[in-house]
Amino acid sequence: MFYREAGDFKTSYDADSQTFPIAFDRYRYWVVLAVAFLVIPFVINDYWANALLVPFLIYAIAAIGLNILTGYCGQVSLGTGAFMAVGAYACYKLMTAFPDISILIHIILAGGITAMVGAAFGLPSLRIKGFYLAVATLAAQFFLVWLFNKVPWFYNNSASGQISAPERFVFGIPVTGPNTEAWAMYLICLVFVTGSAIIARNMTRGSMGRKWMAIRDMDIAAEIIGVNPLRAKLSAFAVSSFFVGISGALFFAVYLGAVEVGEVFGINKSFLVLFMVIIGGLGSIFGAFAGAAFLVCLPVVLKLIGVDLFGWPPDLVAHFQLVIIGLMIMFFLIKEPHGLAQLWRVAKEKLRLWPFPY
Amino acid sequence: MSADFLYGVEVVLNGLMAGVMYALVALGFVLIFKASGIFNFAQGVMALFAALTLVGIMEGQVPFSHLINEIFGTEIHHFGWHVPAILAIFLTLLVMVAFAWAVQRFLFKHLVGQEPIILFMATIGLAYFLEGFGDLMWGSNIKTLNLGLPQGGSRVIEDMTAKLGGDDFYGFFIDKLDMVATLVAIVLVLSLICFSQYTKQGRAMRAVADDHQAALSVGISLNFIWILVWSLAGLVALVAGVMWGAKSGVQFSLSLIALKALPVLMLGGFTSIPGAIVGGLIIGVGEKLFEYTIGPMVGGATENWFAYVLALMFLVFRPQGLFGEKIIERV
Repeated sequence: MFYREAGDFKTSYDADSQTFPIAFDRYRYWVVLAVAFLVIPFVINDYWANALLVPFLIYAIAAIGLNILTGYCGQVSLGTGAFMAVGAYACYKLMTAFPDISILIHIILAGGITAMVGAAFGLPSLRIKGFYLAVATLAAQFFLVWLFNKVPWFYNNSASGQISAPERFVFGIPVTGPNTEAWAMYLICLVFVTGSAIIARNMTRGSMGRKWMAIRDMDIAAEIIGVNPLRAKLSAFAVSSFFVGISGALFFAVYLGAVEVGEVFGINKSFLVLFMVIIGGLGSIFGAFAGAAFLVCLPVVLKLIGVDLFGWPPDLVAHFQLVIIGLMIMFFLIKEPHGLAQLWRVAKEKLRLWPFPY
Repeated sequence: MSADFLYGVEVVLNGLMAGVMYALVALGFVLIFKASGIFNFAQGVMALFAALTLVGIMEGQVPFSHLINEIFGTEIHHFGWHVPAILAIFLTLLVMVAFAWAVQRFLFKHLVGQEPIILFMATIGLAYFLEGFGDLMWGSNIKTLNLGLPQGGSRVIEDMTAKLGGDDFYGFFIDKLDMVATLVAIVLVLSLICFSQYTKQGRAMRAVADDHQAALSVGISLNFIWILVWSLAGLVALVAGVMWGAKSGVQFSLSLIALKALPVLMLGGFTSIPGAIVGGLIIGVGEKLFEYTIGPMVGGATENWFAYVLALMFLVFRPQGLFGEKIIERV
C-alpha cells in the first residue's frame, strides 16, 4: 500500500537510475542515517560501543569486502584474517613513520596497500577454481601471519612482537589510544562504513559489478562474451582487499589498540567473516550488515543469558556458545541457504503487495 | 657417509612418517567428498571427538558431568570402572555410527541439492557444534591416551644405523609410534581399497560417487550409502585421533590437524585415495626438508605455511591435483 513503485514517476535519468527507486526505501535510508549520525552518538556508552556497535561496524566493512569477492565474483577466499592483518600493519607502519598526517589518510592508504597485496595473492585464481582456491587462499592466510610474526621491521622491532596504536586526533578529538571516548570510536567507524557501503553498492550496480557477477555465474561464457577474466578477478580481489584492509586498520587502531597477529588475525577471523557473509546472504550489501549484526550480537546475547541469567561458570557458557553458534549456522543454512538478505527480499516482496496476499 | 647427509636422510624418513599421519586425516575427507561431494571440514573435530569418546569410555567418565554437576549441584565425575581398550574402541565406533546417522538425518537430508559452498559452510557449523558438544560431554582438559602403544625412539634402529656414519652420528631416531602409525595406515588403506573394490557395498559406494541419479535408478539407497560413508570417515577419524592423540595428548589442537590435511588434499586431488597417500608423503617430506634446509635462514616455524605454498605451486601447474579427476567445464 505504501511500499509501491506505482504512481512514483521519475522525470530524469538520474532519478531513474538511483539506488533506491521506491520512495519508502529512500525515506528509510535517510531515517537510518539520521538516527545513526545524529541520535546514537549522544546516547552511546562505553559498553554498547565496545561490545556491540563498533565491532558490528568494523565487521560490516570486512563483510562488504568479502561479499564482493565471494558473493559477487564467486571466488571463495579464506584469507580475510590475513588481509585484515595487512591493513592493520600497514596502518601501524604509516602512523609511526608519518605521525603528522591525519589517521584518516593513513587508513585509506592502508586499504590501498592491502588492495595491492590482495591482487597479488589473487593471481592463482586465474588458474584455480572453487574449493581449491579456498585452500590456496589459506596459503596467503598462514604465510602472512607468519611473516608479520617473524620479520621485525613490521612491528618496529618491539620486544613483545605486539603492535600498538599511538594516540591520534581527528579535528582535535582523540580517536585512538586510551583517552578515546565511545562516541568518537563509533563516529569514525560509522563514517568509514557509510563511505564503504556507498562505494560498494554503486560499484556492484555498475558495469564492474556486472562483470563480476558474470564471472561468478559462468566464467567461461563470460570470457566468450568479452569480459576480461584477468581484470575482473584481480579487480575483485583488489576492491575486496581494499575494504578488508580498511576494516583491519580500524579494528587495530580504533577498536583494539594493541594486536598480537597470531590470535587476532588468525584463521578463526577468516571463518567468522565468511560466516557473516554466508548467513547475511551472498551477493548483497545489506546481507553484509545483517550477517555482521547477527554474528556480533549472538555471542553477547548467549553470554548474557548464560553467565548473568543462569549463573553458570564462563567455561561452560563458552562451550555452550560453540554448540549454539554451530546449531544456528546449520539451522540457518537449512532454513534459508541464501541468508538473511533473502528473507529481507521476500519480506519486501510481500510488502509490495500488502494488504493483498498475491 | 657424512653425518650431515645421514641427518638429511633421517629428516626424509621422519617426513615420510609425518606424511603418513597427514594422509590418515586426508583419507576421511576423500571418502566423504567422493561419495557425496561434501567437503567435510568437521573431519578434524570428528577425530578429536572420537579420541575424546574413546578416552572417556576407557576411563569410565560420566558424560556431561560438568553440566550435570552445575544444574543439580552433584559432584559425580567417574563411574568407577575401566573398560578394556578393544571394547572401548568398538563402543566408540558405535558412537561414530550413531553420529553419522544423526548428521545424515538432521543435517544433510535437508540440504540435498544445495551448492557446494553451502554444504561446506554446513560442515563448518557442524565442526563448531561438535567441538562444543565434545567439550560439554567429556570436558576440555588434556587427556592422555593409554592404549599400550609403544612410544619413544626405537633403540633397535638407532643401534643398527649408528655404524653408518662417523663418530658423531648416533643412529637414526625413528619414533616407534610413527612406525606403528605407518603400519596401521597401510592396513587401513588396503582394507578400504579391498572394501571398495570387492564388496557389494563398496561397489555401491563407488556408484554413488560417480552419479547420484544413476545409482538411485539402479536401486542403491543413497541414504544408506551416505551413512555408511560417514561411518567409514568416522572410523578413519578414530584411527587418526588415536594416532595423533597418543603422540601429543587428546586436546583441542587435535582438531587443527584438519588444517594440515588440506594441502595434502590439494596436492593429491580431492577425489582420490592413492592421491591422499602420495600427497601426504610429498607434503610430509617437503615440509620437513624445507624446515631443515631453509628454515634456519628465515627464522624457523615455516611448517605452518610451507605445505600450503607447496600445494599451491603444484595446483598452478595441475589444477585438479596429482590424481584428481580432470575438471571439465561445460558452457
